Amino acid sequence: MTTLSAKAAPGTALCAAEPATEPATGSVGELSTAGTTAAPVLAVRGVRISDQVTDREIVHGVSFELTPGKTVGIVGESGSGKTLTCRATLGILPPHFEVSAGSIEIAGTDIATLTPQQWTALRGATISAVFQDPASYLNPSIRVGAQIAEVIRVKKGLKRREARHRAVELLQAVQLRDPELVYGQYTHELSGGMLQRVLIAVAIAADPQILIADEATTALDVTVQAEILDLLAELREQAGLALVVVSHDLAVVAQLCDEVLVMREGEVVEQGPTSDVLHRPRHEYTRLLIAEHDQYGLEKFLTPLTPQETS
Amino acid sequence: MTTEQTQGQRSAEAGADGRAVLEVTGLDVHYGPRRQRRRALHDVSLSVAPGETVGIIGETGSGKSTFARTVLGLVRASAGRIVIGGEDVGAYGSRQWRRLRRRGVVQYVFQDPLRSLDPDLTVEESLIEPLLIQGVARQEAADRARTFLARVQLSEELLDRLPGELSGGQRQRVAVARALVTEPKLVILDEPVSALDSANRVQILQILKDLRAAGVALVFISHDLGSVAGVADRIAVLYQGELVEVGAARDVITDPRHVYTRLLVGSAPTLRSASADRAERDRLRALLHA
Repeated sequence: MTTLSAKAAPGTALCAAEPATEPATGSVGELSTAGTTAAPVLAVRGVRISDQVTDREIVHGVSFELTPGKTVGIVGESGSGKTLTCRATLGILPPHFEVSAGSIEIAGTDIATLTPQQWTALRGATISAVFQDPASYLNPSIRVGAQIAEVIRVKKGLKRREARHRAVELLQAVQLRDPELVYGQYTHELSGGMLQRVLIAVAIAADPQILIADEATTALDVTVQAEILDLLAELREQAGLALVVVSHDLAVVAQLCDEVLVMREGEVVEQGPTSDVLHRPRHEYTRLLIAEHDQYGLEKFLTPLTPQETS
Repeated sequence: MTTEQTQGQRSAEAGADGRAVLEVTGLDVHYGPRRQRRRALHDVSLSVAPGETVGIIGETGSGKSTFARTVLGLVRASAGRIVIGGEDVGAYGSRQWRRLRRRGVVQYVFQDPLRSLDPDLTVEESLIEPLLIQGVARQEAADRARTFLARVQLSEELLDRLPGELSGGQRQRVAVARALVTEPKLVILDEPVSALDSANRVQILQILKDLRAAGVALVFISHDLGSVAGVADRIAVLYQGELVEVGAARDVITDPRHVYTRLLVGSAPTLRSASADRAERDRLRALLHA
């Protein structure tokens, strides 16, 4: 994992060589432009989400920008609002939830202005997502290959035979060992890791610019999780895909992300470049997440993050 | 059928002096009817010394829960020896097992506390029941229940609650307290923190560390190398039903020998740079699947 191994090397010299970014000093919800000049493919600005029934605000302001080939991570536990933020970005908030303030722009278009038809055109082709339980997003009685081919036919307007050919290519691209065989299989014949690869194949079928991975590896074994994270990193490098990685585990996010948002109870309590958040956590909750790894994780036996932290 | 056969076996074997709380030798477990018998465990040997915490790490299908269930007498072994606190329990029938469990020598905590707690018993009833069975007087049992509730950092107010009225973290702590009241020599914990959030996870792991300090032997079974590394003195790695590596926690994490252990350690997300890079993981995967 290039990003992390370069940044988290012992000694802090590498951190000083980071692109000159302003750590989001204390104030939450500040835009962190991560030293890039490319136009953002996704811009989330001060987004607040409310439950209309109880009239309660659930998410209290989330802001970030994402440029091609970059990755933003959102860390938080269940109920922190990370999934609602993703769903707002995809235009699929649950009934009676609404974006009550702020704006979301996908490839320059404010999503508040989109008609349902425009949304349909945008999803898959520009922004796409994978979630925790891959099996529940596939039809158990249709061969998985046919489900991928359908997306390609609808989204890319390819003919049946071309779509099939492309689907096999995609199964190959997500590193399934025997793509032709998997094409003809049903969901119950595939393992969790294989299903998540199939879902990623569906998600990237229409060449989106943005992929949201919401707890996409949570239910998987560690070795399989690493395979999926490696695959996402590769897609990012090869296709310039911009990623939003959502996890309850700070370490998962740290592997992959340029910038991290730490959320708790609807609030972004900390936000900044990954190395800053890991090396100089400001919020008590972020420190708890790091301490958890330091005292009760592999990190106990690894070189400390920074020399002064060896308490 | 000796431990030397297992690859990556290290010298750091405890309990060799015969004082082991748990001594498992050459354990084989099969499931299914004769025709489609599937091997779940093969030639597993492991010993746990008094006060020692041994972590067993394994992924889906590795046989780690089968190991726990076999040691607890819930699954019958097809070969091998299991000695708990000096008693060879391999040939025990259900009555002998019941007697052993009643004595409270070995206790257990599962991932889902609702499986180790009776949903119809209040916290207090759950805690005192094993003591009453042992013949402890009610008043003394109630006092012990309070002591152990405090040990897992729960308030006495929870004594009248049913498991369903507690949060997941509180429930798991009650399950730990229930496992402790009889002051067992050995506690088997199967994925005790996997369903918990960070704060609760840390709390349970801290309680386990305190337990070790109090001299209870623990077998901590998990798919999460991180939590195992956090509490275990030694780590045993189960892969496809076989123990491929056993050693001091630090050695297994910093210098894994077996290819699978190397992949496992290299795959675990950390906040540091130590996990292997992508190319190294690809190489290990190729090696493992070859």
